[in-house]
Amino acid sequence: MTITLSIIYLIASITFIFGLKMLGHPETAKKGNLIAGSGMGLAIVGTIFLNNSHVPTFVYGLILAAIAIGSIIGWLIAVKVEMTKMPELVSLFNGFGGASATIIGLVEFSKNIGDVMQTTTTMAAIIIGSITFSGSIIAWAKLNGTMNGLIRLPKYNLINNLVILGLIVFGAYMVWTGSDSQILLYALLLGALIYGVLFVIPIGGADMPVVISLLNSLTGIAAAITGILYTNMVMLVGGILVGSAGLILTVAMCKAMNRSLTSVIFGAFGGGDAVASGTKSELGEIKSSTASDVAILMNYSQRVIFVPGYGLAVAQAQHAIHELEQLLESKGVEVKYAIHPVAGRMPGHMNVLLAESNVDYDKLAEMDDVNPEFKNTDVVFVVGANDVVNPAAHNDPSSPIYGMPILEVADAKQIIVNKRTMNPGYAGIENELFYNQKTAMLFGDAKKTIQALISEIKNM
Amino acid sequence: MKILEFINDNLDLIYILILSIFIGVEVIKNIPAVLHTPLMSGANALSGVVIVGAILVMLQADPTDYVALTLGFFAVVLGILNVVGGFVVTDRMLQMFKKKKS
Repeated sequence: MTITLSIIYLIASITFIFGLKMLGHPETAKKGNLIAGSGMGLAIVGTIFLNNSHVPTFVYGLILAAIAIGSIIGWLIAVKVEMTKMPELVSLFNGFGGASATIIGLVEFSKNIGDVMQTTTTMAAIIIGSITFSGSIIAWAKLNGTMNGLIRLPKYNLINNLVILGLIVFGAYMVWTGSDSQILLYALLLGALIYGVLFVIPIGGADMPVVISLLNSLTGIAAAITGILYTNMVMLVGGILVGSAGLILTVAMCKAMNRSLTSVIFGAFGGGDAVASGTKSELGEIKSSTASDVAILMNYSQRVIFVPGYGLAVAQAQHAIHELEQLLESKGVEVKYAIHPVAGRMPGHMNVLLAESNVDYDKLAEMDDVNPEFKNTDVVFVVGANDVVNPAAHNDPSSPIYGMPILEVADAKQIIVNKRTMNPGYAGIENELFYNQKTAMLFGDAKKTIQALISEIKNM
Repeated sequence: MKILEFINDNLDLIYILILSIFIGVEVIKNIPAVLHTPLMSGANALSGVVIVGAILVMLQADPTDYVALTLGFFAVVLGILNVVGGFVVTDRMLQMFKKKKS
């Protein structure tokens, strides 16, 4: 390796650190992404052209062809993808990174037989890389609806733990014996791929973002391990950064949802038995309303707050709700959006979606700022949100979401809840809010309902 | 002791490893929930650094070892997909945030 290349790697490592730091602040995020991206570009170009190994021209041709193909596909996907599909996309890209690390491990295996340190790293790269690959692909399939629901084998926790333990023992055995068997190598690969599948299939619903974030962190670790294999500093630093930052991000997400990482992985809830909090008779009657009634109500209000949730993202109603907001504003109604940190399909997703439909930044209010405002609000319009407005988080210690910070919509004078059906939300629990005296339900698909409201208000 | 010997031989690596872990943790601490999605996508792009290893596989492969070259080729394609796709989509997301601010 030339001195120039070493310096390039050093610069790239610094851009990664600064880039990541800047990504954490709204004002500098875009620049941070560009800085980290250019550092990466520099490292890639440097690796290709500044390695003083004697490589035939056709190999360079192959490398450049591979880079061209991958770049074009990656760019096309990234430019075309809908913002609502963000969780799937991150998951898919993450899977590709994992696959890349696995392949590197497979190729390097035969070169390093006998060297305990190097075989250990190759084994680790193969195991972690393929777990992230198959896990991410399953996560992707679940998120885009190809694979529905949770699949839970009996005693899946025990099985999963045995499989991962088996993989570690298997890997250690191969290192210990200095085996050069390709059959054993591919058996290990297969085992790790299966574990990735087993790891993700029992997890569902709103826990998916946590899993993606965790898998993302694992890809970083896989990259770092391959970095050790080549004593390559930029891979080591970049990989470990993603590994530790990803883990912190995962924990932050869990906190926002009031879930612990272990309960996400080992599935304390999120499917199966719905936890009943009080019987239906206790909860009272549901009032249902019509689009024209709600339209009149909103039209003659002074202050309206929208609470968008997962249902809005799924129905792709972000543009419709922006139109409704503008229409109401033109009629002199003050409109705001109350954004729960985990609203949408992944944490922070709702901000991206509303930004996409050009909603004014000042109209998005964060939970802590908006909560005191509900009592001065005429109408709260909850669209496709459920658990984030469930009062059980405050007053029912037996509820699985007890302790989660929520939007205090019950303080408002009138609450309109748009939902497709009365089915409980992801947590599988009843929501008292729907039975509140002040609440009226407006059933229907979020997009169609909002469009109906728009045309009703326009006709007034 | 083999382990002590190993630690001694790889002291630099171990230092970098530990310090990088702390930098990663410090850098991400206290980020607003608004940025969770772009940050996850940006970090994901960064994990594509594995592409450097994929390129090394191809550079170091025996030019007649077609298996290694083919595998390396796929590793490069997948790695660069992760890198380019990740950075571009993060940029697209952040562009939207910027647009509404002005």
